[in-house]
Amino acid sequence: MLENYLPILVFLVMGLLFGIGPVVAGFILAPNKPDSEKLSPYECGFEAFEDSRMKFDVRYYLVAILFIIFDLEIAFLFPWAVVMEELGMFGFMAMLMFLGILVIGFIYEWNKGALEWE
Amino acid sequence: MQITLKIVAIVVPIMLSVAYLTLAERKVIGYIQVRIGPNRVGPRGLLQPIADGIKLAFKEIILPTNANLFLFVLAPILVLAPALAAWAVVPFDEGMVLADIDAGLLYILALTSVGVYGVIIAGWASNSKYAFLGALRSSAQVVSYEIAMGFALVVVLMAAGSLNLQDIVLAQKGELGFINWFWIPLLPMFLVYFISGVAETNRAPFDVAEGESEIVAGFHVEYSGMTFAVFFLAEYANMILISILTAVMFMGGWLSPFEGIPGLGAMFDWVPGIVWLLLKTAFLLFLFLWFRATFPRYRYDQIMRLGWKVFIPVTIVWIVVTGVFVLGNIPPWFD
Repeated sequence: MLENYLPILVFLVMGLLFGIGPVVAGFILAPNKPDSEKLSPYECGFEAFEDSRMKFDVRYYLVAILFIIFDLEIAFLFPWAVVMEELGMFGFMAMLMFLGILVIGFIYEWNKGALEWE
Repeated sequence: MQITLKIVAIVVPIMLSVAYLTLAERKVIGYIQVRIGPNRVGPRGLLQPIADGIKLAFKEIILPTNANLFLFVLAPILVLAPALAAWAVVPFDEGMVLADIDAGLLYILALTSVGVYGVIIAGWASNSKYAFLGALRSSAQVVSYEIAMGFALVVVLMAAGSLNLQDIVLAQKGELGFINWFWIPLLPMFLVYFISGVAETNRAPFDVAEGESEIVAGFHVEYSGMTFAVFFLAEYANMILISILTAVMFMGGWLSPFEGIPGLGAMFDWVPGIVWLLLKTAFLLFLFLWFRATFPRYRYDQIMRLGWKVFIPVTIVWIVVTGVFVLGNIPPWFD
């Protein structure tokens, strides 16, 4: 059974090689004539004012946190979904309760405005 | 050795498809806008992608002074590798799959999630304001639609009862041809999955991460030459991957649409399964191009609203509905 996973490992390594190959070829084939103007960060023609690693909106962070919660829920649903038919009504009801708790949290987020972008 | 050959036999056609998908895109959008599209290089412009590739190979790779060089070069590779490696579990025909594993769908979910790391790393390592903004937008967007996609996958799992992509296709086999496929009982999930796929690949109308008219090119503004080409390859490889996965999970994979239908079924019996799969994939890819030519770009708040306030509630409702379908053995899909 486990030997079925070998091609995947090989494919991952080859996927990396297929990425590295063109980049290496580009470095070999292409000219390389750097100057300080060319290597400065692109900013519509004028010099960069300040460092680009600036403060950003906290909502991006919030989205990431919400994502972790929901992605975990999905991870919990996966094994249940595979055996749902065998578990029958009992498993379905149990999962409905689990989903219900998730939905309560979701409604709370919604009302708190965590999903608003204005 | 044999595995390596098989992988090359999968990757080389993908690369060629990517090259000609770029040409198809320019041609299709051209004709939609009543233009001809590229027609100078080779007969009818057919050598255009090759010319583009050669040109990119000879373009200087700029490494900005402020950039974190290691991460800067690593990012495009990290985007391309998962976009290719996910193909390991895609079944092209019955038994025609590189790795016939029982965790296929989980593997797909994992690898499509990894792609976002490359985008964040690219935006961060570039140390440019546009790249940074593009990476932030892109990661928040991809992550939001990832949830809707994940729920859609759960629904497919419930319907098929297996994580193995071959079993998922075989679960759609039946006496009624295309009516037996999952796109009818799971129609909302089919739409959610495909639209989320368009958003995941940062394609129009969800391309605020690139937004050439406001943040110039987003996370890959500092990339040039082959490093840019690798990003480009990955984006198109991801488009093809999303299309083929949608075909496998909702449109019966390699199954003939006329299977079991009297008269028609026998008439198309000689067509190999892979042809059907590629036809379905080509149709979905055409939709990608059609969307780009038709829809104006969404505003960022509209994108987030669609992802969180429309798709996630719809998917949660459909988990319950599908549960009732499966436990109630609703014919002709779940009997």
